[in-house]
Amino acid sequence: MPWATRGLRDRVLTTRWPQHEDAYFDEFPASIAVVAPGDPDALVDAAIAACPTAAIERAPDGAPRLDRGRCILCGRCAALAPETFAWERGSDVSSLARDALVVGEAPETDESLRALRAALNRRVRRLRRSVHIRHVDTGTDGSDEWEVQALANPVYDVHRLGIFFTASPRHADILLLTGIGASGMVEPLRRTLEAMPRPIVVIATGAEAISGGIIGGGYMGGAGVGGLVDVDVWVPGSPATPFAILHGILLALDRLPAPRAPERPR
Amino acid sequence: MTVLQTGSRWRADVAARVAAGSRFAGLYGTTVADGCRLTAILAVPAGFELVPFTARAEDGLRYPALTPLVPSAFWWERAAADLSGVVPVGHPRPDPLLLHIGDGSPRPQPGRSRTEDGGPTLQQSTPPGPIDVVGRGLFTIAYGPVRSGVAETIEYLVETPGEDIPRVNIRPHFKHRGVAKAFEGRTLDDAALVAERVEGIATIAHATAYAHAVEALTGIRPPRRAALVRVVLAELERIANHLDVAMRLSDAAGLAVATSRFGWHKETVMRLMGRTTGSRFGRGAVVPGGVSSRVGLVSGPSRSPGSLAPAELAAEARRLRERLRGDERTAMRTPSFLDRLRGTGRLDPDHAQQWGAVGPIGRASGVDDDNRWSRPTDAYAELTAGLHPALTTEADTLARLRVRWSEVEVSFVLVERACSVLEALPEEPLQTPVPRSASGTAVGWAEGPQGEVIYVLEAERGRVARCFARTPSLHDLVLFHDVFHGEVLTDFAFIEAGFGLSAAGVAM
Repeated sequence: MPWATRGLRDRVLTTRWPQHEDAYFDEFPASIAVVAPGDPDALVDAAIAACPTAAIERAPDGAPRLDRGRCILCGRCAALAPETFAWERGSDVSSLARDALVVGEAPETDESLRALRAALNRRVRRLRRSVHIRHVDTGTDGSDEWEVQALANPVYDVHRLGIFFTASPRHADILLLTGIGASGMVEPLRRTLEAMPRPIVVIATGAEAISGGIIGGGYMGGAGVGGLVDVDVWVPGSPATPFAILHGILLALDRLPAPRAPERPR
Repeated sequence: MTVLQTGSRWRADVAARVAAGSRFAGLYGTTVADGCRLTAILAVPAGFELVPFTARAEDGLRYPALTPLVPSAFWWERAAADLSGVVPVGHPRPDPLLLHIGDGSPRPQPGRSRTEDGGPTLQQSTPPGPIDVVGRGLFTIAYGPVRSGVAETIEYLVETPGEDIPRVNIRPHFKHRGVAKAFEGRTLDDAALVAERVEGIATIAHATAYAHAVEALTGIRPPRRAALVRVVLAELERIANHLDVAMRLSDAAGLAVATSRFGWHKETVMRLMGRTTGSRFGRGAVVPGGVSSRVGLVSGPSRSPGSLAPAELAAEARRLRERLRGDERTAMRTPSFLDRLRGTGRLDPDHAQQWGAVGPIGRASGVDDDNRWSRPTDAYAELTAGLHPALTTEADTLARLRVRWSEVEVSFVLVERACSVLEALPEEPLQTPVPRSASGTAVGWAEGPQGEVIYVLEAERGRVARCFARTPSLHDLVLFHDVFHGEVLTDFAFIEAGFGLSAAGVAM
């Protein structure tokens, strides 16, 4: 049985996140942040003009806002106006509210997020430790599927968290959507949803699923899946990384550890 | 003279060139003022030739179909009919392939300049699938469009009496995204970001092929450092894709440890790509004129903290090679694994030659064409000395895996060689500026993990008027029809995994 010994030779490869920190989770540049005070207006305007998906605009007060749901992480803004837009490390990018993906303005009161949290909690209470996910590709470039599949590899190994991918929608608790929501997938998606038992939790992963990204919005529709189903958790990225997707799943299940205390200055 | 007579000359011309040894590599339509310009792409020793002909609107866009003379045009003519509305007269099966919309409905018409904003969303309606085999007890199993497990959307209609598979039909249209129109009107820089998403698992190959088209159009050359970095990234991408195939085949065979091991190795490559480019798929790394300044791979004082020096990347690759080698050896000695692959999904070499199969599928059936050797770009000409393309005529799923293993071996050597040149190279800019307002038509290509990627770019004053992405997936998947010779339902997963294609690149 040569495989048995091969399986043991490198010992445990699996991340200990979320119980423990993981350097790859913390250090991956998974999003762009708007940092104040910023560059001269001309540079910011150049960055806004260079954005291929019009993800950046100026708020009425003139401050730039960046919509991570539209951002495809090309990094042009960070190159053009590095004092205003910066790569942010950390895979904790998912959110319960679509609006909360827009960064650069004063954070909303936690009031509405708390309400969303409470409503979602009522739905997920029964499936805390055994969760079955049905994935549907609504028009991706194929990379999103790789990242979702990676969750089953020994490095992420979501089975340790009681999370499984299921072949049948009839066994599924969570619907995990990737892709732009192309018109050809509207009907298969509807039938999948119909076959799922209630309650349903829906997670949209990747900028394409959130807004259509740079591909969507053409003659096949595809401005994201938000118009087709009620989405509970939004995971930005292009594509969203395995850790970002896992963060989104645990956010939906309210199983994320409490934020760690900030390090004390030494 | 009727249009069918004019078209006949074009058809005869293309067929004669194919008979004389050119390989038919694709066909696309560009909507022009008086009709639709059809362009056949032919692979010739030094590059690719374009053979155009215009089907006129006043003739109802009818033209004599190429497929009866050049069978490998079978899917391409259907794709062109779906997108551009041309009518190939005499096509043996003029069914929709990429778009199931009503006969009279407006077509996307790639190449037609956008007058109004977008236009209405086209609604697809999927009719019941075709039934090609009839007989007592025969029925159809629909694999898809939503597959079991995590997979891309595609539908295989498997006609079967219960165990063997006399016929498979393929319907990729569900996830049709309208990629061709997504290119149009964009600047030459922005369109590179669209190219990366045509087949996202081959981001580097597509961005590079597109960049080559822009570079051919504008007559610029990327700096040597950029050419070398492109090779490193392309070979990392190839290793990741081939490991994905090995992982899927192990999974289909129920080898849990092998699946885990190959999955881990693949994750290692994805992280290496991430450390090098900032994206696990190398998004944004290859740009027209060179590579992005975000790509690390420099040594010396200008190196940013956390980035990789070429020598470090080479060392990481060597470590991975060592770990992988044992697993590969064990897999290729596991009888329960090999038994499932040997003789399964055989693609007859003569058939593969006639259809111009590309990539590992073609090379496992004796089609000797790897663009890294036959039409070298970037730094391949200087790096491939003493190396050879993988080639065999065994033609089954096992042969496809063997071809991939030899390609992985070659990729590691290429990464090593490119890194050692990079390490010694003086620092220089990573990008040659691209002229802003180029017009004209140009072809670019690259050898991706799935096979040859070709881009034909038609630009007007620095904007994309039409961009045709010839994916290896659309070109090769049609051969999936022809690899079932008494194979049974449980062989299906092996054949599909062994093809290793991307549904996104088929549905477009």
